[in-house]
Amino acid sequence: MTRKGHEEQDQISMFGGGGPAAAGEAPTNGADTGGPMIQAAPGPSVSAVGDSTRKKAKASKKSMSKSESESEAKAANKAASKAKSGSKATSKASSDTRTKSKSEPPERKRRTATEMATKHREISVSEFFAKNRHLLGFDNPSKALLTTVKEGVDNSLDACEEAGILPEVRVEIHPEGEDRYRVVIEDNGPGIVRKQVPKIFGSLLYGSKFHTLKQSRGQQGIGISAAGMYGLMTTGQPIRILSKTGKRKPAHIFELSMDTKRNQPQVFRDDEVEWDKDTGTRVEITLDGTYKKGRHSVDGYLKQVAIANPHARIIFLPPDQAARNEEEAAEPQMEFSTDGSAELEDGAILHERVANHLPPEPKEIQPHPHGVELGHLMKMMQETKSNQLSSFLQSDFSRVSARVAATIISAADLKLRTRPSKLSTAEAERLHKAMSQAKIMAPPTNCISPIGEDLLLKAIEEEVEADFHATVTRPPAVYRGNPFQVEVGLAYGGNMPGDELVTLYRFANRVPLQYQQGACAITKSVLSVPWKNYQMSQSKGALPTGPMILVVHLASVWVPFTSESKEAVAHYPEIIKEIRLGLMDAGRKLGTHIRRVRREADEHKKRSYIQQYIPHIGIALQEILSLSDTEKDNTVDTLTDVLEKSRKM
Amino acid sequence: MAEMTKAKLKQIKKRNEQLDQEALRQIEATATDVYKKVNKRIKPEVSLPVRSLSNVSYSKKRGYLEIGKQRKVRTLTVNTVKTFAQTLRMMSLSKELIETKDFATKRDAYYQSKNWGDAMFTEQTESDAVMDDIEALFSIKDLNREQLRFVPDEHGGAVAGELVVYDPDIDTGGVERIDCTRFGSGAYSIPSSVEHLSFETKAEFVLVIETGGMFQRLQSHKFWRTSNCILVSMGGVPTRATRRFVRRLSDEMKIPVYAFVDCDPYGISNIYRTLKVGSGNAAHINQFFCVPQAQFLGVTPQDIVDYDLPTHPLKEVDIKRAKDAIKNDPFFQEHKTWTKAMNQLLKMGVRAEQQALAKWGLNYVLEEYLPNKLAKAKDFLP
Repeated sequence: MTRKGHEEQDQISMFGGGGPAAAGEAPTNGADTGGPMIQAAPGPSVSAVGDSTRKKAKASKKSMSKSESESEAKAANKAASKAKSGSKATSKASSDTRTKSKSEPPERKRRTATEMATKHREISVSEFFAKNRHLLGFDNPSKALLTTVKEGVDNSLDACEEAGILPEVRVEIHPEGEDRYRVVIEDNGPGIVRKQVPKIFGSLLYGSKFHTLKQSRGQQGIGISAAGMYGLMTTGQPIRILSKTGKRKPAHIFELSMDTKRNQPQVFRDDEVEWDKDTGTRVEITLDGTYKKGRHSVDGYLKQVAIANPHARIIFLPPDQAARNEEEAAEPQMEFSTDGSAELEDGAILHERVANHLPPEPKEIQPHPHGVELGHLMKMMQETKSNQLSSFLQSDFSRVSARVAATIISAADLKLRTRPSKLSTAEAERLHKAMSQAKIMAPPTNCISPIGEDLLLKAIEEEVEADFHATVTRPPAVYRGNPFQVEVGLAYGGNMPGDELVTLYRFANRVPLQYQQGACAITKSVLSVPWKNYQMSQSKGALPTGPMILVVHLASVWVPFTSESKEAVAHYPEIIKEIRLGLMDAGRKLGTHIRRVRREADEHKKRSYIQQYIPHIGIALQEILSLSDTEKDNTVDTLTDVLEKSRKM
Repeated sequence: MAEMTKAKLKQIKKRNEQLDQEALRQIEATATDVYKKVNKRIKPEVSLPVRSLSNVSYSKKRGYLEIGKQRKVRTLTVNTVKTFAQTLRMMSLSKELIETKDFATKRDAYYQSKNWGDAMFTEQTESDAVMDDIEALFSIKDLNREQLRFVPDEHGGAVAGELVVYDPDIDTGGVERIDCTRFGSGAYSIPSSVEHLSFETKAEFVLVIETGGMFQRLQSHKFWRTSNCILVSMGGVPTRATRRFVRRLSDEMKIPVYAFVDCDPYGISNIYRTLKVGSGNAAHINQFFCVPQAQFLGVTPQDIVDYDLPTHPLKEVDIKRAKDAIKNDPFFQEHKTWTKAMNQLLKMGVRAEQQALAKWGLNYVLEEYLPNKLAKAKDFLP
């Protein structure tokens, strides 16, 4: 399946990778994150819209190749099975020995297993998510709008980067009546081949980054198709997709919805149209939502995206402006201002790119023996192509030589030539323990692609007007076999309020984290830094106070999130330590700056003191000693000179 | 008494002229020092006495609490330039006051600074601090604040008796002759600054009295006529002006000073001691403001016994004050007779007021008590 999956990826990864990758679990921490995500879904309500969607889905004639549906079913398998036991909360038909009557009052009518079995049926993942949209970041109207933008922008950036194109992403929000908006996300990416479009946008859990271990954005929610589904549920409007894959190729326009029951796309329109772009994709989703300013706003989110993606040009047309020039086919004409966000002719806000080259492509790596979960190890052993334990360890893990493999296997009291798939659970456990205890070289860290100290600095300078900017990129480090790298930036002074807590921008793999700030390891690290040493005031247990924006970026092949909502980084001591070191590094630079500014202000004050008061010494001496004006002036000049010289010492 | 002679007038004017010239000379000397140092490219500095208790000791020779030799030097730097400028401008103001024979209170000086532009004071506490510095600065040069024409707001006590005071009139340039016998049942009020007063007297001693009530009795019955003295009412702890007045009167007329206060720890260790040896907190001005030649007429603890005076029990604060004086006060440690008297008082556990003598008749004090005491002046406590 894995190999098949890879081939699939090559086709579809040009766009839309983000969605499915986010829903699925990367191998190492799958059990941690994927599981609870499903279990936490009680979801008792079925909306009327959801039902109608299901009916429509019957009409869908779309079919999938066997391999695709298999891979899909497998991906959904875990979720679905858990959903069965979790959300249905009834016993499985197969587990016939279980009886519910024990705890029930005796007069209650009994049902046979056969009767009960009739009630069981397959739940499609999309149907499940339709009922539990809060899991995907659509729990309230303002978050729904932000999540939609977020998924679209993530997808666009990923697609551009994979295709080696400098991204230019345009986000438009058009008001469509009260609390209803049409969100447009348009990029200059590679476009999507026609036959893939419905699958990418019309079904969940379809994508490229399912089982790879490399630094990628796809960590948020479940992707653009979930956003489309949300739009469909709240407004009945289908997703509209415009895509063009080459200069001489025609553009295609699609309108589609999805059959949530069967996880199948439904296509309403599939036409060739003219589009003046060379390549690119334009997605339009109409949804019920709330547009607001301030914290958790689309504006703020895009600003943060611009900081973490200095190579991207981000354009944003806010709803009020969109309403103003609704009918104008705006041809963007730049009008630069000194501020980070310039305004285009059509009133859109421009976050100009500060780097004209793409970041190096993150490399995919094999899992490190220290970071693998038992369940995943067992799965790998079932799926491996290697026939022997020794070669399995060497080929499917990073940093395992023949010698290391032999050490692990002998420590686990196993044989080198055992077929991996034949290992019992107890043996697998022994192997897992031996792997986690073996002394193994840290994983390669060249798979991490940080923003870089210089670019991050440029980006922050561009986006945040302040007196002082500083950035720090820490050397790569490792937690539980996963390489990661921390970057810290800060902007201080300017017009930011001095009596409020600092603003903290958190990023994981270039994606801004918007919610659950308090639960995040990044926040914890910030709190642990002695900011007073760096001339900032800080109340106990709070963020420092002052005119500052703090930026913390955590890049890793696997970012450990605390929960399914993927908005807070888990508290791994290695990660907290690295972030803390980075913050302290940047803090020292800040402290030096603040001290210098204060010294200069002090110096200035003292200098003006001299200017202010020495003439009075002259006046007094003249009055007491009846000096001539020349004598007085000479005295003042001499004294000023003497004092200023003594300052310079 | 005779009218003022021309010679007397000339003498008074000359004295006052010299007094002012000395003040001007000191101001100019200080300014000249600053001016010369600046032009030699040396940072100017002023030296002030250290005003902490560690720099205060009781001088047996001079008979008062004296400021020591420790000095702090204030150099003109960027940090002190404001204070330095203000100090010099304040000295300039002083010069102007002397030349115009005028004066300024602390509050006046504060408002005068409002003409100084950047160098003005924003609070009176600032100008008070600068004035205190100036007072300390010139105390080293034997010059007090009143001579610089900065006068306190409070005036002094009342005076009556065989004394003529010559007071210059700053508007006419003449000199007023004040005969202190001619106030009827009233009295002459000591002005805020007594530096420019001159005296003439044939009295044999000065009697300083704690309470206004006792002063009134002695004045109304013209006690000064029968015993040829000058009566001064202190009204509690004597003010700067009262202390300076008595001091100058005693110094210049060469007559003794007798104190007549209540017999309690406050009357003895606060009122009398402050009059005689000054205070520890402002030791740098004691040279001008205490009366080391004063002697304690009464009421003494022994008087309570001898005259069988009605008493009140000592309060907690009285006992504390008495014990503290015996233990810590260099004045009491220096005079064993005082330690003895205080211990006697503590042992009796009582106090007696001046007016307790009224038990024996309202005028017993001037008919019996004071004449009896004055007859044995050698027995006065130091």
